[in-house]
Amino acid sequence: MPDMVNLSAHSQQHPQQRQFNPYTENGGTILAIAGADFSVIAGDTRQSEGYSIQTRYAPKVFRLTDRAVLAVNGFAADGNMFVKKVRQRLEWYRHAHAKDMPLRAIARLIQTMLYSRRFFPFYVYNILAGIEEDGSGAVYSFDPVGSYEREACRAAGAGQSLVQPFLDNQIYFKNQKAAHGTSHPAHLPLNTVLSLVIDSFTSATERHIEVGDGLEIYVVLSKGRPMHGLEGLRGMEEVTTTNDGERVFVIRRDLKKD
Amino acid sequence: MDHFPTNWGRPRNDAIDLYGTYPIHSRPGPTTDAFSDGVQRTQQPIVTGTSVLAIKYKDGIMMAADTLASYGSLARFKSIQRLHSVGEHTVIGASGDLSDYQYIQSLLDEVMIEEFSAADGHSLSPDEIHEFLSRVMYSRRSQMNPLWNSILVGGFKNGKRFLAYVDLLGTTYSASTLATGYGSYIAQPLLRKAVEGNEDTLTEEQARSILTQSLRVLFYRDARSLNKYQIATINAQGTHISDPVTLDTEWSFAEGIRGYGSQTK
Amino acid sequence: MFRNTYDSDNTVFSPQGRLHQVEYALEAVKQGSAAVGLRSKTHAILLALKRSTGELASYQQKMFRIDDHVGIAIAGLTSDARVLSNFMRQQAMSSKMTFNRPIPVNRLVSSIADKAQVNTQEYGRRPYGVGFLVVGQDQTGPHLYEFSPSGNSYEFYAVSIGARSQSAKTYLERNYEKFQDCTLEELIKHGLHALRETLQQDKELTIHNTSIGLIGEKSTLETGVISAQGSFRILENESVQPFLATMDPPRNKQPTTAPAGEQTVPGGDESMETD
Repeated sequence: MPDMVNLSAHSQQHPQQRQFNPYTENGGTILAIAGADFSVIAGDTRQSEGYSIQTRYAPKVFRLTDRAVLAVNGFAADGNMFVKKVRQRLEWYRHAHAKDMPLRAIARLIQTMLYSRRFFPFYVYNILAGIEEDGSGAVYSFDPVGSYEREACRAAGAGQSLVQPFLDNQIYFKNQKAAHGTSHPAHLPLNTVLSLVIDSFTSATERHIEVGDGLEIYVVLSKGRPMHGLEGLRGMEEVTTTNDGERVFVIRRDLKKD
Repeated sequence: MDHFPTNWGRPRNDAIDLYGTYPIHSRPGPTTDAFSDGVQRTQQPIVTGTSVLAIKYKDGIMMAADTLASYGSLARFKSIQRLHSVGEHTVIGASGDLSDYQYIQSLLDEVMIEEFSAADGHSLSPDEIHEFLSRVMYSRRSQMNPLWNSILVGGFKNGKRFLAYVDLLGTTYSASTLATGYGSYIAQPLLRKAVEGNEDTLTEEQARSILTQSLRVLFYRDARSLNKYQIATINAQGTHISDPVTLDTEWSFAEGIRGYGSQTK
Repeated sequence: MFRNTYDSDNTVFSPQGRLHQVEYALEAVKQGSAAVGLRSKTHAILLALKRSTGELASYQQKMFRIDDHVGIAIAGLTSDARVLSNFMRQQAMSSKMTFNRPIPVNRLVSSIADKAQVNTQEYGRRPYGVGFLVVGQDQTGPHLYEFSPSGNSYEFYAVSIGARSQSAKTYLERNYEKFQDCTLEELIKHGLHALRETLQQDKELTIHNTSIGLIGEKSTLETGVISAQGSFRILENESVQPFLATMDPPRNKQPTTAPAGEQTVPGGDESMETD
């Protein structure tokens, strides 16, 4: 019977169901750069889904301690929850040891927390920046399931492909040749780094629709390091909680809103 | 007869528990039972509400939603309230699955009763209610069993305005104008243009006309909307949800549209 | 040591209607060194006397931070205190997690009081051997509570627990009316005076044996800390010195009524209430 629908074949198929997708992507970009005795970590403040801007101000960079700042990018709900959980772990550490967790320990903590959700991951790219116990500036970058490494600089998120090559060129001096008889510096001074960060974000804002609205730059200074180049900066605020250790500052700037 | 009800529907596994001696919770073996195939999770919304709009204005927050509950393209219930007061300082409004929303309402009511019963001078503020709601939404999405809603939380307490969003994924954000669903495409640009930068000067009257105008545009463009709506105000006087109001709309222009009016060719 | 019948089990009342095990637990609190708490309109503070088992030993910890807005001082079994303070920290964190709200202090105190009560009623358990003074700040202002192993908790203007705490209480009762409008410095000074009353003869308050815990805006005499607005902090060692310096010289000490031991309060205010 050629003109009859073959019911039996059809009924063997499973009823079609649209599976609930527990993830989304909320745009934005984060980046961090380590200096000799400071580190800088920044993120834009736009949160979007598809072509819609959900809000122009949703922070992606969070001060964890006076010497550690964490930036999260990807699925915003996972990001916020992850930061909340990290903070709880740090609070327990503070209860148990009466001091803040060292940066490298926070990095390892983040790796185990991410990997513990290996089969239902936090869809979040993390960058951790701060000061190590030896006083050096450090940046750790992670993938969503916990692979991590210490680096001198890292960009992540929607604008990663725009910003990272720029940083490779300006921080690692890739494809640059030092003038005869000179060498590239191992670390850049703070004001140079801040300029690079701001330029990275204005450029990413120009070319990527998910980047823009506002910029939050955190600067962590090593213990006893002079402020030079930082004091009196427009839109700067100190957010340190103790006065005998590392110092944390946040600089807020506008980015284009279109 | 097995006298432990939790064992009903679970075949006894002779390899593990030969004589069926384990009591209720500790019984080893598979944790799914004969009914587990029948357990349904929300895979898609069924009876749904469309956009909710909310803005900040001089004295607080104003929120609006129509009263339609759709069953697909069928306008199934035309007088469903989608705005709900939670305590004295907060109103929530939801789009998405309405049975899930009514569950959320009862959940919040339960929490507020518990808070009230403590009778110790503490009451939950709008941001705390929003935090709780996002915990609920996020934990349900993490169990792959979401509450299929986008919810706006508006509040006013201790002289401070609060307006934030949370949805079925647990995504949250805050802004001076918010809109869910279709409204986020159609109404949000109108709201932003009218409100951003004027949050502290807009009067209640102006706020109301901005929302009404946006609802009108939505009614013209959103096939799942209705010209009957409610507006909630949350300010120093507390929360107030208006009775349903009917929009006056103008359709005579449609006569001139081919395929809509009475022209035949 | 005296001993009662009907005291081997906390689920059995004595014919007088008392639970001896619970009363013994209250005695354990009195074995601990003293802690004093005071409250003004703006601040709530704790002061405690730390003991050391000898020249070579460190001083015991008397105060614990629970959260930014809550701290405790303990008298009695430190190990029991650690269990309870851990529980309080969990409660505080869970409130932060679900509501992003600092837990209301009274609810936090009630939660441990309820826990303690279970231990006075269930078979096979023993009451906690520790008492707390809890200071905290929330929507309704600064607070001071006493928690005791009997499962009772009360709010106070000023209170003391631990060894010889009756002497401190006497001082507090004489002066409490002034506390409401005190500055932080004055309040701490009163606290130190009250704590001094609990000292044995020829002992004095030093930077080593004194802890100060406080909540509320920072004092001008505080050094080394920029805590978040008024959050709980513990001052020890050198940080205590500026406050010790504000104390009035001791009055010529009257011989205290009770000897070094503790005055027993027969059926006193600390015993279980039967209503």
